[in-house]
Amino acid sequence: MLEARDLECRRGGRPLFGGLSLTLNPGELLRVAGANGSGKTSLLRILCGLLTPEAGEVRWKGTAIRALREEYARELVYLGHAPAVKDDLTAAENLKYACVFAGLSSTEIGSSIERFGVPADVPIKKLSQGQKRRAALARLALSQQVPLWLLDEPFAALDAAAAGLVEELVRAHAGAGGAVIFTTHQDTRVAATRVIELHA
Amino acid sequence: MKWFWYASPETFYPLAGTMARASAVAAAALALAGLYVGFFVAPTDAQQGEVYRIIFIHVPAAWMSMFLYLVMAFWAALGLALNTKLSAMMARALAPTGALFTFIALWTGSLWGRPTWGTYWVWDARLTSELILLFLYFGFMALQASIEDQRRADRAGAVLAIVGAVNVPIIYYSVQWWNTLHQGASVSLTKSPSMAAAMFTGMILMALAFWLYSIAVSLTRVRCMIREEK
Amino acid sequence: MLEIARALVCRDLRLALRRRADVATALLFFVIVASLFPLGVGAEPNLLRAVAPGVIWVAALLASMLSLARLFADDHADGTLEQMLLGAAPLGVVAAAKAAAHWLVCGLPLVLLAPLLALQYDLPGALYGTLVLSLLLGTPVLSLVGAIGAALTLGLRGGGVLLSLLVLPLYVPVLVLGAGAVEMASAGLGGQGQLLLLGAMLVLAAAAAPWAIAAALRISSE
Repeated sequence: MLEARDLECRRGGRPLFGGLSLTLNPGELLRVAGANGSGKTSLLRILCGLLTPEAGEVRWKGTAIRALREEYARELVYLGHAPAVKDDLTAAENLKYACVFAGLSSTEIGSSIERFGVPADVPIKKLSQGQKRRAALARLALSQQVPLWLLDEPFAALDAAAAGLVEELVRAHAGAGGAVIFTTHQDTRVAATRVIELHA
Repeated sequence: MKWFWYASPETFYPLAGTMARASAVAAAALALAGLYVGFFVAPTDAQQGEVYRIIFIHVPAAWMSMFLYLVMAFWAALGLALNTKLSAMMARALAPTGALFTFIALWTGSLWGRPTWGTYWVWDARLTSELILLFLYFGFMALQASIEDQRRADRAGAVLAIVGAVNVPIIYYSVQWWNTLHQGASVSLTKSPSMAAAMFTGMILMALAFWLYSIAVSLTRVRCMIREEK
Repeated sequence: MLEIARALVCRDLRLALRRRADVATALLFFVIVASLFPLGVGAEPNLLRAVAPGVIWVAALLASMLSLARLFADDHADGTLEQMLLGAAPLGVVAAAKAAAHWLVCGLPLVLLAPLLALQYDLPGALYGTLVLSLLLGTPVLSLVGAIGAALTLGLRGGGVLLSLLVLPLYVPVLVLGAGAVEMASAGLGGQGQLLLLGAMLVLAAAAAPWAIAAALRISSE
């Protein structure tokens, strides 16, 4: 499904990794591990198409992602370090706009927010850090139809309950035939099909 | 096919050196010839006397300033499209020289204005366009200087250069129109259409000299950039 | 695609409504700059009438530029811009929608405020129409072209000033045509030619700028 060949990445003039290849099939959970600064976020961004690698290419179902642009973007969900929610909007409004921009259906917004235990009608800036993360992650509950999930440190700043919820969603998604790539420092109960180690 | 061989910085380095040296020598020779024609051969102007001779520097410098901007935009666009570092380096190397010629055009225009029209600055259409061109050059250089990552700097600069190049004719014509609106065609630093042949020769020689000078200097700069990369 | 554009404009309008102070400061800047000129050049009525179109246009230019710095910065900082890069709509459409929202929040109010400023300068009544029309056609161009600069300088130190340096030379044709239209009208020659040219620039900017903005956004997000 997803194939990367000979990826090479340099950031700030320093080489991060080179000759990296991977394949991902439906139902697989890939974990990217490595110390801080080893290029985990850069790898994820290259796989999204946000960052252009120095060398190598990424292919989705056989076609290079540079050629696919929006078609590829529609098939993935990327949750990066930044929460991707507007401070001045409520959790419900944020999720509604996120769905429209991603082309997802917005019928289940209310239930998704409830599931994550976030107050729906309070502006994000009034919520705590953990609640902000939950509001951002609520999107995952609506993205079951999206084949590829790319999650950068999804368990960061989450308490045990929320982390458990994310693990559950990830497992369900993989079980339903989706693919997930995630990076994390922490120990997680999600059993990865494969682990890639990046060395600085 | 041979072009792609030279697209690599390592192979381009010695070629650039040779070309730079040859261009420098030719530039010096042409400049001497041009200045000779300009100061000794061309006849004295009926209206302006000897002062007009400054056009032998002013006009070729103005031509170069606009020409170099287009060349710079071309290299930047090529670098953006083909993702080649050397093209981006060429664009970066040309910018300071282009800005220099713009400044020379402005300065000589100003010096010309003083004895001819009584003021150091006239809002002549060409001078005003040159001033805006100078801001475009400075914008390009400032943008690249503010971005740490060289690759992002090259690509951002390329977008800016292309947008600028598209706008240069629009700016030029709107300033031309503005000038006629406010001052009429009376104040103008362009020579009258009927120029003595010797004057034209002098300007062409100086233009060629400036062009070869630009080649020599920008290639030398590119060599410095290649060395820095290593 | 259109639904996404509409949603984006709605979202930005809603955000602007919740941060009314930011929007108001840009408009206040417009009024203050226009009020400073008479203090600088003297309040001689004929002089003011003559410089009014130019002053109002320059003030509109500067006010527009001030608000451009924030166009993409907020979205970039909280990660929503990234999501739009990965969204279902082509980035050019997103860029056009952002520029449109910017114009609605920062450009249109300037157009509506301009008659008040013209009053301060005692501009002859017959010229109000041309002035407003020139601003109506010109301010969207300012938003579109300015957005290119905003996208290029995203996240850079010295952002606002650098943005001005990049964008002001590109604004010159709009300024010349806009103020010129009013001057032509005041000379009795009618400003239609200039207004038509402004319209043409608007069409050109609307067609070409979104792609430049999109390219710049991609480059700045890497």
